[in-house]
Amino acid sequence: MTDALAVERLSVAYRVGGRDRAVLRDVSFRVGRGEAYGLVGESGCGKSTVALTAVRYLPRAGRITAGRVTMDGEDVTALDSDQLRHLRAHTVSMVYQDPGKALNPTLRIGKQVAEIFTLAGASQAQAQERAAEMLRRVRISDPKRVMERYAHQLSGGMQQRVAIAMALAKNPALLILDEPTTGLDATVEAEVLDLIVQLRREFGTSILFISHNLAVVARMCDRVGVLYAGMLVEEGPTAELFNAPRHPYTVALLRCLPRAGEHKDHNRLDTIPGTLPAPGARITGCPFADRCALADDRCRRELPPLIDLGGRFARCHYHERAAFLPRQTPAEVRLPAARSDAAPVLEINRLNKTFHSGDHALRAVADVSLAIGAGETLGLVGESGSGKTTFARLVLGLLPPDQGGVVALDANPLPPLLEERAEDQVKALQIVFQNPDSALNRAHSVRRIIGRALSRLGGLSGDALKTRLIELIQSVRLSERHLAVKPRQLSGGLKQRVAIARAFAGAPRLVVCDEPTSALDVSVQAAILNLLADLQAERQVSYIFISHDLGVVRYLSDKIAVLYLGRIMELGSSERVFDGPHHPYTEALLSAVPRLEGKQPSRIRLEGEIPSASNPPSGCVFHTRCPRKLGAICEEKEPPFVEEEAGHSLRCHIPLAELAKLQGKAL
Amino acid sequence: MSALDSAAEERSPLRELIAALGRSRTFLVGAAILLFWIFCALFGEFIVPYDPLADDIINSLLPPSAEHWFGTDQLGRDVFSRVIVGSRDILTVAPLATVLATVLGTTLGLITGYFRGLVDDIVSRIIEAFMAIPVVIVALLAIVALGPSTLTVITVIGLAFSPIIARTVRSAVLAERELDYVAAAKLRRENALYIMFGEILPNVLPPILVEATVRLGYAIFAVATLSFMGFGIQPPSPDWGLSVSTNYGMIGGGFWWTVLFDSLAIATLVVGVNLIADGVAGTLDD
Repeated sequence: MTDALAVERLSVAYRVGGRDRAVLRDVSFRVGRGEAYGLVGESGCGKSTVALTAVRYLPRAGRITAGRVTMDGEDVTALDSDQLRHLRAHTVSMVYQDPGKALNPTLRIGKQVAEIFTLAGASQAQAQERAAEMLRRVRISDPKRVMERYAHQLSGGMQQRVAIAMALAKNPALLILDEPTTGLDATVEAEVLDLIVQLRREFGTSILFISHNLAVVARMCDRVGVLYAGMLVEEGPTAELFNAPRHPYTVALLRCLPRAGEHKDHNRLDTIPGTLPAPGARITGCPFADRCALADDRCRRELPPLIDLGGRFARCHYHERAAFLPRQTPAEVRLPAARSDAAPVLEINRLNKTFHSGDHALRAVADVSLAIGAGETLGLVGESGSGKTTFARLVLGLLPPDQGGVVALDANPLPPLLEERAEDQVKALQIVFQNPDSALNRAHSVRRIIGRALSRLGGLSGDALKTRLIELIQSVRLSERHLAVKPRQLSGGLKQRVAIARAFAGAPRLVVCDEPTSALDVSVQAAILNLLADLQAERQVSYIFISHDLGVVRYLSDKIAVLYLGRIMELGSSERVFDGPHHPYTEALLSAVPRLEGKQPSRIRLEGEIPSASNPPSGCVFHTRCPRKLGAICEEKEPPFVEEEAGHSLRCHIPLAELAKLQGKAL
Repeated sequence: MSALDSAAEERSPLRELIAALGRSRTFLVGAAILLFWIFCALFGEFIVPYDPLADDIINSLLPPSAEHWFGTDQLGRDVFSRVIVGSRDILTVAPLATVLATVLGTTLGLITGYFRGLVDDIVSRIIEAFMAIPVVIVALLAIVALGPSTLTVITVIGLAFSPIIARTVRSAVLAERELDYVAAAKLRRENALYIMFGEILPNVLPPILVEATVRLGYAIFAVATLSFMGFGIQPPSPDWGLSVSTNYGMIGGGFWWTVLFDSLAIATLVVGVNLIADGVAGTLDD
């Protein structure tokens, strides 16, 4: 039987500035019938280029320089444009990262889905019927209503379901999924992944699954290939590859991820020094040699072949030693932050924020009270729309809270707006934004960005400023040669270091970290997390750490607040909240996270979508989706926020002891 | 951290822009035309065969010949010499008016875009009202009130064009002010003036550059129109608009050369500047 997809010794180059730059080098793999094959690797390693080449969607500058791609037995590289159209119409489908861009904003969903069937020759009425049927198959419970809508009226998860329905409508031999869940919340991601698993069973479609998220690939795929600098460096069955990787790059990547039980107080994360070779760089030996602690002269001289290890392959001279790759960052924590139980740095009491637009009132933050001690990290988790970022902006004074709420620094209430706050108060609270491209002025040099912060917040000038500037950039592990450049000349990780340096310019008491690593690759993320932990230990600074990545939050946080529709549902120490017993919402969030190690806990499904904050459900706001709903009481009465045990508060009608029993936890 | 090493090859944005403009044929043709007229404005008087202002009544209204390439006008002045030197006044007045419009418009655009709210509402309504009246009418009224002089022409055209630039700048600023670097500046207690001019302005320069070049084309046209109507550049300047105005009555007599070459000169200058604007806009869009 022919393979759904066979890539043979494929090389692709992009022509940039009159020079061919190799982006794929001699890549070979195959996706069998009914198989799910995963391609992983960091950004810039060529994952998407593989997908684009397979359907011949390479941009004009791109060119296949060697090798071929066969799909369903047909040589894709040799097809003329009519045959290509036929291939794309019948044999292969693609689902991309952003479903909002994949759907036509001006057509109703029904028309878009039905179009596929009319193109295949069905009548209008038949097509409508089959479109509804297709939407039902992707578990859209009310297809008739969804078909009447436009793309922007659907949530991200719903849009991606529609995109998947459209991809499967022609029953393709191969489905290419390129980061299909990357922009989605963990709970929605879990739903979409579940759906893909089920549909694979029903349709028997072969899948090429591309993702930077190792855990997602581990969950979804039978076999996995690891790409590095446009080369396949390791390939094998999923479980074997992730449990006993045989290439140092795979080993190093896995070590960058914070594992359950790891915490900033106990160990630092391992990192991968250096950066990916630039596209088109001349590589003589092993592409990973410069960053590999096992590499020797042979590795730099001689490109290792893809060595057959019995059903799996590794492109490494020393594959048998890969597991013993020396750490690049020592695990020891130099000094854990000494947290005192003395007076908290920041106290927040009954903070509310209501946005008004016309007659609509949207309560983005509702009655939030909490305290953060010196050198402590508060992790803020919740789905998008839960009010995390609004809360951070209220604390910083970038937005005015509703009357009555208090934000107090060292027990002194702060004026609500930044402009009214004293210099010391403004200096004390700083932020590292999610997206450094937006947070760093692209017209300014690094020297100006950090220097200006030092002069405004540190009150420095002249030689004192110069000295402090050098100290500061060294403390975020940048060097002097970075000072002269503009942000766009730096990689994502370096940009985020500049943003961190700026936040620390005025010796802040508390820094809000708003998803600071979500735009970064895991190896870079690990280095940034280490840096944040080191700075905290050195300076006793407190963090409010916002992230949708629960593994990262757990690694860095001492306390966790779980937000839902602007309300704190659970607040407690990191161990308490993560280990449980926990609030049903926390339980659902945690069970949605795909895991690399151990068994996937039985999934708690969250039914339906997050309700609108402008019209929150009565009683407990979570009752519409709660898997452990008791009954009428949940719909009628808002549960009080109760400290169930020392330092662990929940907003739930179910007593903690009962939750412990339901969740199979010891109290 | 070898990312920087590969990044070091990258050139500064300005040099990159210049290099890209060098590859834009549209821009190069426009620049060649403009440079030709600038050269004429600066050095024309040294290379022309006749004194452009010298009357020679005996030789008036001669058709184009080997001696007088573009013929002579009714005072016997050499049309070729006048066309070459005639770019001087318009190439002073139009760019100065454009600079004035750009400075004023940028300031207004930054203020309305950054503060929004009531300031924006009030200023924007005034701008809209202003833009509803044709520029030439506004200019005529002002010149009649203030008396014709070069300074008046510059001021009036500068004022009349500033709302259009303000609108372009405002929309660019509206996008910029939402970026996090503005919040970061507030978090180090920068005042509004610094945020507008120190942080936002450098990032909205590209659209300002395009708009200013487009406006320069219109300014040339407006100055020529005003001169033609007698309210712009005043005699005895060999200005093109002025020359067309003095001589157009003679087209009926068959003395087409007294008007044609001046008109063509205006046309080439406007086309040249518009080609530059197209080239700059195209390069910045890529």
